[in-house]
Amino acid sequence: MAEEWLGMEAAVSASEGEDEGQEDGERRHQQLLQAVSDLSGRKRRKLAERTEASVQVSEFNVSCKGTGEKLVLSELLQPIRPKSTLSSVKKELTRVKQKKAVELPLSKEEAKRVVREAAYVRTSKDVGKWQQVVLQNRRAEQLVFPLKQEIATVVPLEQVVSAWKARTPLEQEIFGLLHKTQQPVTDPLLTPEETASLQAMSLEEARQRRAELQKARVVQSYYEAKARREKKIKSKKYHRVLKKSKRRKALKEFELLHKSDPEAALARLEELEQLRMQERMSLKHQNKGKWARSKAIMAKYDLEARKAMQEQLAKNKELMQKVQVELPEDEPGDVPEEDLTSVTIPVGARGANPWMLGKPSGPVEEPEVQEGLGDIAVPDAAETEEEMSEEEALLQDFAQKRNVRQQRAGSPEGPGADETEAVSELPGDSPIHPICAEEEQASMRLKQPPQAQEDILLSEQLRRVQSMEDVDALASEEHVEEQEKPMAARSEKPMATRAKKQVQQQEEGRAGNGCAKKPPAKKKIISLQAVLAGKPQEVQCPSLPMVMEDEEGGSDQRGVITEAFAGDDVVADFRREKRKAEQATKPQPVNLVLPGWGEWGGTGLKPSTKKTKRFMLKPPPAPPRKDQHLPHVIMSEKRNIHAAAHQVSELPFPFERHQQFEQSIQTPLGPTWNTQRAFQKLTAPRVVTRAGHIIQPISAEDVPNTATEAGSGAKPALEIVPKRQEQPLRHPHRKAR
Amino acid sequence: MRVKVLSRNPDDYVRETKLDLQRVPRNYDPVLHPFEVPREYTRAMNATKLERLFAKPFLSSLDGHRDGVNCMAKHPKSLSTVLSGACDGEVKIWNLAKRQCIRTIQAHEGFVRGMCARFCGTSFFTVGDDKTVKQWKMESPEYGEEEEPIHTILGKTVYTGIDHHWKEAVFATCGHQVDIWDEQRTSPMCSLTWGFDSISSVKFNPIETYLLGSCASDRNIVLYDMRKSTPLKKVILNMRTNTLCWNPMEAFIFTAANEDYNLYTFDMRYLESPVMVHMDHVSAVLDVDYSPTGKEFVSASFDKSVRIFPVDKGHSREVYHTKRMQHVITVKWTSDNKYILCGSDEMNIRLWKANASEKLGVLAPREKAAMNYNQKLKEKFQYHPKIRRIAQHRHLPKSIFGQIKEQRIMREARRRKELNRRKHSKPGSVPFVSERKKHIVAVVK
Repeated sequence: MAEEWLGMEAAVSASEGEDEGQEDGERRHQQLLQAVSDLSGRKRRKLAERTEASVQVSEFNVSCKGTGEKLVLSELLQPIRPKSTLSSVKKELTRVKQKKAVELPLSKEEAKRVVREAAYVRTSKDVGKWQQVVLQNRRAEQLVFPLKQEIATVVPLEQVVSAWKARTPLEQEIFGLLHKTQQPVTDPLLTPEETASLQAMSLEEARQRRAELQKARVVQSYYEAKARREKKIKSKKYHRVLKKSKRRKALKEFELLHKSDPEAALARLEELEQLRMQERMSLKHQNKGKWARSKAIMAKYDLEARKAMQEQLAKNKELMQKVQVELPEDEPGDVPEEDLTSVTIPVGARGANPWMLGKPSGPVEEPEVQEGLGDIAVPDAAETEEEMSEEEALLQDFAQKRNVRQQRAGSPEGPGADETEAVSELPGDSPIHPICAEEEQASMRLKQPPQAQEDILLSEQLRRVQSMEDVDALASEEHVEEQEKPMAARSEKPMATRAKKQVQQQEEGRAGNGCAKKPPAKKKIISLQAVLAGKPQEVQCPSLPMVMEDEEGGSDQRGVITEAFAGDDVVADFRREKRKAEQATKPQPVNLVLPGWGEWGGTGLKPSTKKTKRFMLKPPPAPPRKDQHLPHVIMSEKRNIHAAAHQVSELPFPFERHQQFEQSIQTPLGPTWNTQRAFQKLTAPRVVTRAGHIIQPISAEDVPNTATEAGSGAKPALEIVPKRQEQPLRHPHRKAR
Repeated sequence: MRVKVLSRNPDDYVRETKLDLQRVPRNYDPVLHPFEVPREYTRAMNATKLERLFAKPFLSSLDGHRDGVNCMAKHPKSLSTVLSGACDGEVKIWNLAKRQCIRTIQAHEGFVRGMCARFCGTSFFTVGDDKTVKQWKMESPEYGEEEEPIHTILGKTVYTGIDHHWKEAVFATCGHQVDIWDEQRTSPMCSLTWGFDSISSVKFNPIETYLLGSCASDRNIVLYDMRKSTPLKKVILNMRTNTLCWNPMEAFIFTAANEDYNLYTFDMRYLESPVMVHMDHVSAVLDVDYSPTGKEFVSASFDKSVRIFPVDKGHSREVYHTKRMQHVITVKWTSDNKYILCGSDEMNIRLWKANASEKLGVLAPREKAAMNYNQKLKEKFQYHPKIRRIAQHRHLPKSIFGQIKEQRIMREARRRKELNRRKHSKPGSVPFVSERKKHIVAVVK
């Protein structure tokens, strides 16, 4: 209102300025009224104003007030031209002449029809923009529904709860309780206390804390980056140096600690021990993990892996080492004894357990044995030592026995009694001894040969003869051995020296038979083994190995086959079969002869030839066979009715040629004939839907191209169709898949 | 001598854990796998037989209505909810997962003629014989609240059908005219008329949402454009169309369920002849609903059966019936493409599997692969007579079977008569009329 007043005053003052001095007060008053009326907005009807003509027109003075132009004197001097009044009428007349009669308005029905037609054309055009999409979807190999894959969104609990109100008495009661205890109801995340505590934290503090956190995070990230960088360094030397420096540092620290605070150092030691125990318990270095196994496989080829493997093994060994438990000194009673026993037992068992023997007991006999070995290479392994010690033990036994016997021989008892005694005595001795006890004992003699033979047989199978010469040698050796056997049975010698003997015998045999061509290396190996085994080892094969050459077998394949199928003549068989088939397909004459008609009938009576001739119907000859000129082919022209029932009789609809159809049938789909991937592709279903998903009708957003183009307006949507035809679309739903 | 030894690396065939699949080395050399066609044929035959063996489509029956079920509506957001209206004015809301009725409303006096859910799923509309349109909340009333509609509109005439717009707060009713309503107003935004007759059904196009289709009892189908508020075109068929349904994936395709036992699929741009005539029913087709994939539709008929048709095939691929099911009045295909619901005269709503032999529940990957393979095999060998015979065999109730036979004879007689007439009249005077054109009387612009 105030503004209006101001405006009005301004208008008043303006009017004052304009016609200052010319108008009188009445006019002013009029203008004021005008301004006021303008304010009201509505146009007020102007009251007719009467003015006196004398003001404008006077006989003395010509004034041009009211007209916009200036009056020029020349105009006044010109004659007045007569102006025809008919011109306007003329114009009217011409206009009337030009105008035609207005057509009658369309009937209501027709008008509506026009509108409908126009609307129909437009709508069908609008709808036609879906044409391409529809065609594509119809042709699509696979459609996945719903077209728009929605992402499930979880509505926050507060939103759900806020809309909900307690209505039943039970609910109200529960809510009353909750309210009483100030439990959160609508916003279940924070209790009032929590919110209060949250509020208690001032902005400054929060900022400070945030800055701190930020800094810490930055530092952490720096360190992480650094560590990553260092970890990436491939140089081994660098890592070695690093490790070493670390170790040194740790040691130094520990020493310092030891000096400054021995207790803490002890604690640290214990801690280390604890760590070690944990490591031991963790079964980490058991070589059973995936890594270890993979390394074990790789170790053969990869040096690195081998190294890692060795490290791992070393670690394992280290961990597995028994920790020396330092026993406290207050209980020395039992332990030393145990120690003693543990030490003494091996001494006692030395004879029985060859693994416990450290050195040969009798150094005196060694040279003799070596002498006995003759030209054999000097055995260096521990095994030989053990065997030697065994032999020595045996020798010692023999010596003892001999002494005993000599003592007994001094006694008046006869040799028979002696023998029986010896036999009875034998089982009491160590099990090895009786075998080679005494040459004089007959029972002993009877026992020995079978065992020896067994040994020979066993050892025989261990060697393989590799050349023809060897085979020859073997044969001869066998022969020699056969000769030897009785001799061995006859010659009574101790077991201990038998090996040596056999070697000698072999040498003799070789010399005797004149098989000097044998390579000396072979000889050496054989003799060495014989010695090392400690048992009689004859390098002889009982049977001759079959010798076959590969090439022969390969080249003779055809020959073998011909040989194998020598008996049957396939070609003739086939020819016979074909003849049979031909016979079978030939039309057979139909016999319509009825015996007994027109003549005598009965058993043993044949219808007359005249009759048979008359009633035998000869069918027309069959058309020529298709395989007439194909000697190796039988073509059956019989149609299989049983198969026909399963066959398609006419070309089904979508196919245009029978080849197409046959092709479609002959392409197998199954996994037996196709790879997994191809199988999946071939059997992909046409329509895929997801359980529990609502499939909405298609919309412009589902079709990416139309969505963008239709979004710009209704008009361009109509222009889509030609555009699409130009560039074939991608499959619209591939994306969704 | 060289001895050849088989040597195998255990890494090639030993599993790392017992949970791994056994590695099966395969040789795809076709020589090693002969007879692929006969073997696949056998497999296809077995698959077909198994399919028939497992075809047990009937899942359950929802009973509770006290009169015939006249209309149904799907919930747009929840798969397990379905609404049904009965001939006594009762509306029931069902939970399909539990197969229970969760809410019952006495909505109208007399029939519930039509119902539809709002696109957001918060409310639904019903129209009844009592000349009212009512809007109801989808959620059951709170404790102490009374069961009453949100809005009630009292009209001048009986409304026979209703459908809601797919995106906006607009719905359409039909009766003597097609009315388009704003949800907030009590009078229609516009009324669309083209002649005067009782319109039995009106449906919004789900894709181009401004389009409407309606069918009236004077045998015509009329299309409307809501933007111009004008009808577009009218096609007159031989007999009256009961309902129509738009294809949810193809904007210009709709299918009409006709009294002459057939269904007609039209392209709205070329109404002169239908794209496909679907024949198989032996009585009036009362309702039709598209599968959400737009590849098939289901139809309910007065002949007490429900049939499933592929959109591009003239004959049905499946027929569902039970001894107790009477005239099927309404049918719906659930929006996950898995089930079919049909409401029938004898007060029951039946739940069927859309794919009769489908295994319900989660499938193991191998099961799924086998299923896909079997499906492809069946497709590949579908033209072979033995397989086709098994695949197409359906048991039908005697009434339908007899009717089919009878109609076949009638059709044959008609054909023969036409042939004879053609033979005995001047050439060209009895023209050939294709099956598609035969049923169209006129197209009115």
